[in-house]
Amino acid sequence: MIKLPPLPAWARLPRQPLLRHLLFAVVGGVFFYLLTQSLSDFNDFEIGELAVYAIAIAGLSLLTGVNGQISLGQGAFVAVGAYTLAELQVHQPMNLVLELLAATAMTAVVGLVIAVPATRLHGPYLAGMTLLFALALPFLSDKYSNFFGGDQGLTVPPPSAPGSIDPQKWLTWIQLFCALVVMVLLANLLSSRFGRSFRAVRDDEVAASLAGVHVARTKVIAFVVSSACAGLAGGLLALSSGVVNTGEFPLSLSIFILAGMVLGGSGTIFGAWWGAVVVVYLPSQWSQSLASTFHFNHLLSANFAVIAFGAILVVVMLVAPSGIQGGFRWLGQHLVTLSTRPEPTGNISVALQHTTEPDQTGDSSAAEQLPSSGGR
Amino acid sequence: MRLFVNVTLGGIAEGLIFASVALGLVLIFRATNIINFAQGAMAMLTTFIAFSVLGRGVGYWPAFVVALACGLLLGGAVQLVLVRPVENKPPLNAVIVTFGLLILLEGIAGAIWGNTNRSFPAPFSERGLVVGKTSIAFSHFDVFIVVAVLVLAGLIGALFRFSTLGLRMRAAAFAPEAARLLGIRVGRLLTLGWALAAVAGALAGVLVAPTSVFSPSYMDLILVYAFTAAVLGGLDSPVGALVGGLVTGLVLAYVGGYLGGALEPIGALVLLIVVLMIRPEGLFARPTARRV
Amino acid sequence: MLEVEDLSVSYGAVQALRGVSFEARAGQVTAVLGANGAGKTTLLRAISGLVPVQRGTVRFGSRTLTGMAPESIVQCRVGHVPEGGSVITELTVEENLELGAAWRYRRRQRAEHIEEVYALFPPLKERAKQRASSLSGGERQMLAIGRAVVSHPELLLLDEPSLGLAPIVTANLMAVLVELTEREGITVVLVEQNARSALSIASWAIVINLGSVVVSDRAEIVAADSDLRHHYLGF
Ligand SMILES: Nc1ncnc2c1ncn2[C@@H]1O[C@H](COP(=O)(O)OP(=O)(O)O)[C@@H](O)[C@H]1O
Ligand SMILES: [Mg+2]
Repeated sequence: MIKLPPLPAWARLPRQPLLRHLLFAVVGGVFFYLLTQSLSDFNDFEIGELAVYAIAIAGLSLLTGVNGQISLGQGAFVAVGAYTLAELQVHQPMNLVLELLAATAMTAVVGLVIAVPATRLHGPYLAGMTLLFALALPFLSDKYSNFFGGDQGLTVPPPSAPGSIDPQKWLTWIQLFCALVVMVLLANLLSSRFGRSFRAVRDDEVAASLAGVHVARTKVIAFVVSSACAGLAGGLLALSSGVVNTGEFPLSLSIFILAGMVLGGSGTIFGAWWGAVVVVYLPSQWSQSLASTFHFNHLLSANFAVIAFGAILVVVMLVAPSGIQGGFRWLGQHLVTLSTRPEPTGNISVALQHTTEPDQTGDSSAAEQLPSSGGR
Repeated sequence: MRLFVNVTLGGIAEGLIFASVALGLVLIFRATNIINFAQGAMAMLTTFIAFSVLGRGVGYWPAFVVALACGLLLGGAVQLVLVRPVENKPPLNAVIVTFGLLILLEGIAGAIWGNTNRSFPAPFSERGLVVGKTSIAFSHFDVFIVVAVLVLAGLIGALFRFSTLGLRMRAAAFAPEAARLLGIRVGRLLTLGWALAAVAGALAGVLVAPTSVFSPSYMDLILVYAFTAAVLGGLDSPVGALVGGLVTGLVLAYVGGYLGGALEPIGALVLLIVVLMIRPEGLFARPTARRV
Repeated sequence: MLEVEDLSVSYGAVQALRGVSFEARAGQVTAVLGANGAGKTTLLRAISGLVPVQRGTVRFGSRTLTGMAPESIVQCRVGHVPEGGSVITELTVEENLELGAAWRYRRRQRAEHIEEVYALFPPLKERAKQRASSLSGGERQMLAIGRAVVSHPELLLLDEPSLGLAPIVTANLMAVLVELTEREGITVVLVEQNARSALSIASWAIVINLGSVVVSDRAEIVAADSDLRHHYLGF
């Protein structure tokens, strides 16, 4: 409703969504390339993890923030991807790209099996079912421990780097590259016809189906895309951890991913990155430094990350459901409102709204628009 | 044959525990359309509190009462502080809040009591009863489980069926706005509903603890089994929760008894998928069920 | 007497009521007429506290109702029969009536007041133990009205009780309303799109259009004004 002063042509972002998203990806790529060049190996590892979690979170974000469904077992889908890649390396080694694609596809298929029955009904069926899936999956690897490598799990050698490139750096670049590709694909998906159907279903299933959207199919597609992201993240995670066993994928992984999404800002692609930062750094570095600063006993330090993520889920949902990215948007819009006076719009209902509730309308409409505009 | 009888008996006891948790889920769901994913974790917390009380040397029964009383308070408090603010938000918000609470409570319990496996006492012998000359896989404690769950379910049922308070609670659940126009304080009754649901959970908590490993995550699987049971029963029918619990208990017992215990969770997942595919509205849904 | 003064209500950007003022006298039926979407339902919901009021006051007798919760407004002896009746279909007929009486009467007294409702609406008695979902449209309206009057309100708000009913059923319902009003001296606010039947029993009528009162006059005069009828009431 607020008109920005026009920017000069050179300063405007491309109108074409694909171009705009590619531009963002290239800028991100350059940024991360410079970052890996200037940091040590260990930081490379963590930046790689960041990329991987960003993929998993972005997938969940599409499902939850954009389509209005929820998975409490995203970590289990990550595990499916990781095991698929590991099994392939054991039984049928092939090109890494194919292996990653296979991990993605396999997880998408598993997602399909879970989603089809759950999306037949409204409500929290998918949530309960994915939670059950997350809890049940480890038992499968117990039962068939020969195939899944038992407690030790399966080892995954790191991909060999070309020339004299440091293997860790090479892997990090692979992970970053995959993440940026996924982000571009997701951003395009969201600005396409599918993105509109996803949002329509989230906002009002009845209205969406009246408008010709196939509700159940749309929900299944969103779930499959989301699981595919988790599967790719799993494959990449297997490469960097070097070993795949059930201990790597506890229920808390699902929780961390969900909390990362909620905190970052559900339904936004940038939010996935903020969330990933928290998921990578909170359980390790941040909780260690907090533990030593405040002299936690060993029980508290062992449980600190879980407590923190639980608290994040509850508090963010109650206090600021649009998360960090929502906060940035809010700030951005308010800075804009401060610097430009709203022009008369000639729209009666808007004018009425402004005269009757000068404060509230600005905030609430900003907050409500946040999750819907995920593509940027 | 002997195996079959034993597995069946085990399934009944187990199933009634699921039924108790499922009853709590259903009481909350039909009043607020929220699945309380923290139902199991709340029961875990009240059971750990009872565990601490037991550690002080008081007997089993005072600790048992403490667990149920804490359930009542915890359920009410959770509704007032955490659930009320998300009641009129999209249903997803409530899922995330209750799931967050599940994790939060498990983390807190881990920080207080540790994540190692403890053992929680049973008030009655856990050795199998002897019928004729053979001992069957059904103990005095299993009898207690059956009696305790049925008594609690009966009390809750009687409250809803025969008292004015129960009538008000049903009205508040089915038609909140019409209920308000009849002078019913719907908000308070929702709090009470959560409190009662948490008592049913707390009972399940102390009943499960002696028979399984007792650690902060020991109710996780019970919760999802109870969810399966509640979906089987239609999610909004208390009788359905009981029957759904029994069916789930029996199915999982047969899966565990004949195919191996590790397959029980997978069995539950398959059961849930099959139910949703074949009879998505559950076995006992009201005629006005929520089909797509 | 019900006094509504300068009442405004909005749903977000939709301004549903714009400064509505009117009075409803005790012992009389006041008809509130207007096209679909005029704001009639909103008016009743604002009086009984179901939607927040932006501006203005509602007084009933010596009490100011504005700002009170619906469940407290009921205790000021205000009965509201919402649009469509909203009987609780999962409960039996008797349970619905029990609920209507429960806030006011102890268990033992209730039976006697429920009997009075059965005397007013005999079909309900036959179906006392059946679920309200099994009732016909007319019976549901009877139950909805019975549920509101079982506690002997002093103000009765009725939202389109004739909606979807056959003319003969509507006529019966109106007759019962007249009987109630005269016998108990209640203040009745009757919202109707079916202006003809409402005007036949009302003493006073107001017409709402786009959230504002456009006419407020004696019912016979409104009924006789053919321009007005043509313009706002569609008959
Ligand atoms: N819950 C609501 N949210 C938004 N707008 C509403 C809501 N209820 C009613 N309205 C709008 O308010 C206006 C008045 O509606 P209502 O009071 O139901 O009219 P009536 O009962 O006279 O048909 C209409 O424009 C309607 O669209
Ligand atoms: Mg209306």
